[in-house]
Amino acid sequence: MPLFEEGLVSLSQKLHSKEIKASDLVDEAFTRIHDVDGDVQAFLTLNEEAARSEAKAIDENGSAEDAILTGMPIGIKDNMVTKGLKTTCASHILENYDPLYDATVVEKVKTQKAITIGKLNMDEFAMGSSTETSSFAITKNPWDLERVPGGSSGGSAAAVAAGEVLFALGTDTGGSIRQPSAFCGVVGMKPTYGRVSRYGLVAFASSLDQAGPITRTVEDNAYLLETIAGLDRHDSTSADLAVPHYAAALTGDIKGLRVAVPKEYLGEGIDESVKANIRAAIKQLESLGAVVDEVSLPHSKYAVPAYYIIASSEASANLARFDGVRYGVRAETNDLIDMYNKSRSEGFGDEVKRRIMLGTFALSSGYYDAYYKKAQQVRTLIKQDFEKVFKDHDIIVGPTTPTTAFKIGENIDDPLTMYANDLLTIPVNLAGIPAISLPCGLADGLPVGLQMIGRPFGEETLYRAAHAYEQTAGFTLTPAKGAMNK
Amino acid sequence: MSNFETVIGLEVHVELKTKTKAFCGCANQFGAEPNTNTCPICLGHPGVLPILNHEAVDYAIKAALALNCEISRETKFDRKNYFYPDNPKAYQISQFDQPIGRNGYIEIELDGEKKRIGVHRLHLEEDAGKLNHLEDGSGSLVDFNRVGTPLIEIVSEADMRDPHEAYLYLEKLKAIMQYIDVSDVKMEEGSLRCDANISIRPFGQTTFGTKTELKNLNSFTFVEKGLAYEEKRQEKVLLSGGEVVQETRRYNDATKATTVMRGKEGSEDYRYFPEPDIIKLKIDQEWIDRIEAEIPELPDSRQKRYVEEFGLPEYDAMVLTQAKTMSDFFQDAVAEGADAKLVSNWLMGDVSAYLNSKYKTIDQVPMTAKGLAKLVQLIEKGTISSKIAKKVFKDLIEKGGDPEEIVKAKGLVQISDEGALREMLAPILEANKQSMIDYKNGKDRALGFLVGQVMKQTHGKANPKMVNKIILEEIDKL
Repeated sequence: MPLFEEGLVSLSQKLHSKEIKASDLVDEAFTRIHDVDGDVQAFLTLNEEAARSEAKAIDENGSAEDAILTGMPIGIKDNMVTKGLKTTCASHILENYDPLYDATVVEKVKTQKAITIGKLNMDEFAMGSSTETSSFAITKNPWDLERVPGGSSGGSAAAVAAGEVLFALGTDTGGSIRQPSAFCGVVGMKPTYGRVSRYGLVAFASSLDQAGPITRTVEDNAYLLETIAGLDRHDSTSADLAVPHYAAALTGDIKGLRVAVPKEYLGEGIDESVKANIRAAIKQLESLGAVVDEVSLPHSKYAVPAYYIIASSEASANLARFDGVRYGVRAETNDLIDMYNKSRSEGFGDEVKRRIMLGTFALSSGYYDAYYKKAQQVRTLIKQDFEKVFKDHDIIVGPTTPTTAFKIGENIDDPLTMYANDLLTIPVNLAGIPAISLPCGLADGLPVGLQMIGRPFGEETLYRAAHAYEQTAGFTLTPAKGAMNK
Repeated sequence: MSNFETVIGLEVHVELKTKTKAFCGCANQFGAEPNTNTCPICLGHPGVLPILNHEAVDYAIKAALALNCEISRETKFDRKNYFYPDNPKAYQISQFDQPIGRNGYIEIELDGEKKRIGVHRLHLEEDAGKLNHLEDGSGSLVDFNRVGTPLIEIVSEADMRDPHEAYLYLEKLKAIMQYIDVSDVKMEEGSLRCDANISIRPFGQTTFGTKTELKNLNSFTFVEKGLAYEEKRQEKVLLSGGEVVQETRRYNDATKATTVMRGKEGSEDYRYFPEPDIIKLKIDQEWIDRIEAEIPELPDSRQKRYVEEFGLPEYDAMVLTQAKTMSDFFQDAVAEGADAKLVSNWLMGDVSAYLNSKYKTIDQVPMTAKGLAKLVQLIEKGTISSKIAKKVFKDLIEKGGDPEEIVKAKGLVQISDEGALREMLAPILEANKQSMIDYKNGKDRALGFLVGQVMKQTHGKANPKMVNKIILEEIDKL
């Protein structure tokens, strides 16, 4: 059995008792990458030399006091800055960019001596739902190499599913952790806005972005979130709240848990095969003692348009700094305006340009009230929808995505269909609340993601419910075909 | 006078002298080596986030209170978007619709009349870097030391009706900022910058005429001169049947004229929207009270007090309170027991003349308030004459020290002993007998000559009053 299938707690114990070495874990990662990443293409940059020497140091100096993450191979999404390790956001405009500092989440996993294996592919600047907008490579779904891994954290989800790392960090602005986790059959948590520091995440939409863990199991996920969460003096939007020991919440007991199922989440536009899996999962929760109720989130139908206005508006400002003046790629011209135009025209891909233009338009004088302001009002209504439901329910349950993984090239020329793929994840970001996606079975051989949505800072309840389901569902995590059989 | 009324409004940027920048931990320091006070945050690197410097907010609240503004209890920051190499994030963090201060005023004094100029708003924002264009035209270098320095922008109401009012408004604004010690307010270092809006309209018209904006105003005098030029130019345009074009103009002191910088079509859409990286800022009464308690007595109040308490003329009180350093010096000297009017005369006369000639301020010379007070007292007591005092003063202001010691060391004590004076005068009068006779015969000027002779031979040390008295007595004896 591959080591990574054992899970964090077991591996950590074996490492402490010297049954295995950190070098074994790092070896497994690079061997696996060597074997399958030519097909999966999850990685943009590898950190092999440093990873091996870090593992060696742990093997020589490690002690029983080491943190649980010590020696564990981790993959980092390429929109999290890593000091001295190229960070591109999968964009040509940053193809030569070496960051001057570590993102807070990176620093936190480094402090526990987790070992960075490399930087993971993504949609360019996290704008996309398939990892097809990456300037450098199209990552494949390990379950079916002709299909997308989802996005934007497609590289992170695919690398975990393909067994190239034990776990990975992703970011989620409108579903970018949960949707690829669903497509690749892994566990992805989008924490409450403010739970995890955004310092060092290359900003896409500042009021929505949140980093989170992508793992094989709920338990691993709980440990990784505990590591990266917490107040950060570099991020004034990070919450001044103590971080719970999330793993303690994994009791297996969800008797009396009040579960809401929004009718909109099992309505029109959701594939029947997805619905069938979700209904079965809900039954499973009921059999564990949960009390299930149908509810409504009436404003969720406005979430996608509101999201594309807010996220694109913020992105239009956030991406303006990529101007060729101080770092990144600069087009050589003799004129300042030409330099801006050319550097940005050549540096950014189509999807990024589309969103910059959309956001620039929405913020323009004369349109601000009709678009940006209106979208913010919609955001408030969506938040209130959730608040209402959470008055007498503990979690909301539904599918993560309307379909399973689609084929590469299927939606890339149809932005609206692509955007609609996020309709079940986007409301969560607009409301700033936490949600987890975990596998709940296969439809035509492809994983289906079960989404659980919680109250602000209600990650413990989500982990408890997800873990209880996971332990009894008997869903096997290993992709049955494609690259994994090599 | 013309048939037009002039309407002027000013936008002033004041750099706050906080220890660190507005949104990162870099030192806020003028004149450092280029790009030494920078970090990933102020350089706008990917992934960085701003952290609001609360000292900057304190200073902005202080300035707003000193300008009689209402303080917003809830305020926020916004992004102002524009591309320029000195603006690393391609947006400036500023405040759009919830400025820290609103509806304040500055009082100016015009021909003895007080006039209130409204302060429309005061908000906090960050400064840009500085571009240095290479002389050979081959390119430009950017210095990011200044980027992220906290600034307050103070926007006046369009309440000024004459270029000189603008000058007085700026002088008063600068004085207030100095008193509350939030800025160096040095135009030459860019810590105070001013843009001026001006329009004219026929007297009686209530709507404003089309305005032009003046930039590149490097001193208060240039503001006044530029506005005066612009006032005449607009009048000429209107009188010749033309229309004033809304545009930005640059003042050039070499030609004493303004020229077009850019037209209205060049005005940008800054696409303001709320800065999502900085949480809303709540300013409670306790915060305001704490800052209010730190505000010292301001120039208007001191001016009033100098008239009432020290009996100074209005003009003296106004001049002495313009700069806090001067006003503090005056108060300290008076506290040492010197006569207020005499101290004022020295400060406004010899002291100011000296400072102006050396381009210095009162805190940059070795003379202390105690020193000047003693000098004044030595004159009052008759220990030295006013003439000798000028000599002592030269030493005092250049080298500092105790005037009494200077007088002793140089042997400048006034001779007021009558017996000694009579002895000293006898040979001088003997040698100038003819002049004494002349005086007796009605030639008044002769007395002056005699006193002059005495002063010359005693090196100015003789008490002039007594010399006069003795000479007149001796003439009577003739």
